[in-house]
Amino acid sequence: MKLIKQLIAIATVALATGVQAAAPANEAPDALVKRISADVIDTAKADKDIQSGNQQKVMALVETKILPYVDFQRMTALAAGRFWRDATPEQQKQLSNEFRTLLIFTYSGALSQIKNETVEFKPLRADPADQEVEVRSQVNVARGEPVTLNYRLAKTPAGWKIFDINVLGAWLVETYKGTFASEIGKSGIDGLIKTLAERNKKLAAKPLNKPLK
Amino acid sequence: MMQAANKRPSSWRSIALVAVAVSTLSACATNNPRDPLEPFNRTMFKFNDAVDQAALKPAATVYKRATPSFVQTGVNNFFGNLADVWTGLNNLMQGKGEAGMSDLTRVSLNSTFGLLGLLDIASEAGLKKHNEDFGQTLGYWGVPSGPYVMLPILGPSTVRDTAGLPVDIAADPWGYTTPVSSRNVGTALRVVDQRATYLDATNLMEEAALDRYEFVRDSYLQRRKGQVFDGESSRKNMNDKDAPADAKSIKAAYADDPALPAAAAAATPAATPADAAAATTVTPPAAAPVSSETPAK
Repeated sequence: MKLIKQLIAIATVALATGVQAAAPANEAPDALVKRISADVIDTAKADKDIQSGNQQKVMALVETKILPYVDFQRMTALAAGRFWRDATPEQQKQLSNEFRTLLIFTYSGALSQIKNETVEFKPLRADPADQEVEVRSQVNVARGEPVTLNYRLAKTPAGWKIFDINVLGAWLVETYKGTFASEIGKSGIDGLIKTLAERNKKLAAKPLNKPLK
Repeated sequence: MMQAANKRPSSWRSIALVAVAVSTLSACATNNPRDPLEPFNRTMFKFNDAVDQAALKPAATVYKRATPSFVQTGVNNFFGNLADVWTGLNNLMQGKGEAGMSDLTRVSLNSTFGLLGLLDIASEAGLKKHNEDFGQTLGYWGVPSGPYVMLPILGPSTVRDTAGLPVDIAADPWGYTTPVSSRNVGTALRVVDQRATYLDATNLMEEAALDRYEFVRDSYLQRRKGQVFDGESSRKNMNDKDAPADAKSIKAAYADDPALPAAAAAATPAATPADAAAATTVTPPAAAPVSSETPAK
């Protein structure tokens, strides 16, 4: 019995390492976040256009380096909570698209502010079998206390995907949850979609929020 | 005479109407259990926002644009150094000896070699800045935060933190600076500098929030809770170097996750009743680990 267990364990390890070697998409969640964040910071620091707030460049950076690793569908579903199940597939799609656009617009501005910050990662607290993990980091800034930046990731068939972010102690999903609930309470899911779409239209017409230097 | 007599009851009527309106407002606003004072808070939020838009934000914007960066850093460091004294004492009051001693070492380093706190050489030496206050100390020892309160001018708070505020104010070394005139100038500078550090964040928030009041409240309450336990979910986790894996606390954070478990069953209508039963029975052991431990003993 013990032997069989050991054999299974060895086989699992062999399989896991074999798969990992074959498909880099299966990298560990903390390694993934570390790689993305180093990549984004290096690109932002090296690009003068991004530093000066060039909207197209910033958007391109977000699209190519960050978005492939974010599960907006799940993020939106969690923010909508119990209302998500009442929405039709079409509404769900629209809602997550509009929410995605809003987040891209609002958070892209922050990327052009990257200067000399360094990111420090804390040890992962997870079992290898966990399907959801939290990656903790802090951004050491020139002035004041470090900024908390934590990520929650879920294992999907396409590798680990970020579904929630914590900035300065507040989780994105939790922060939007109350607003989503009250908008849906007032004017339904279509009302929320409309509100988000209107905000996005306004933001699209406006230049990117440039940091004050 | 007639007019005055007429006016009286009608003004009473309008007061009564307002009272009814307020009570219905609060009745429908109490949908957030953490914010029973929402009508009052919203009024205060509007007031604070008006003050901010009219005075504080413009002043902070000018300050950030016009003063050289090293001046801003100096101002920020100077007041930050004063704040470190109380941060350190609060860390000690929470039994966090290492953090508290680090804070007090920061103060002594920065006050001397850092030219009265203008330079933050301690951070460069690797002693990280913390942020503690009496409200956090109360929270650390188990005092619940109580409802959300929007204070005039001072901004978001909770009942517990408001109770801790007089202690924070009394413990602020700058409050004892003489003469009073330079103390006041310093305080104004400190407030403008604080506001300036948040400018980018609040500009971002104005775009990100659909309802700014709710956005501020919901992020503030989370942030505050995180501060009390230094980013951990409880005091126990803070002191435990081998804290358990996060998987359980992540699950708990999304109580009405639409994907689990009812949605999982709904998403696969073709599944047999046995599958559905299996899917629902999978969750209880994970949700109630305590009960499985008890019979083992």
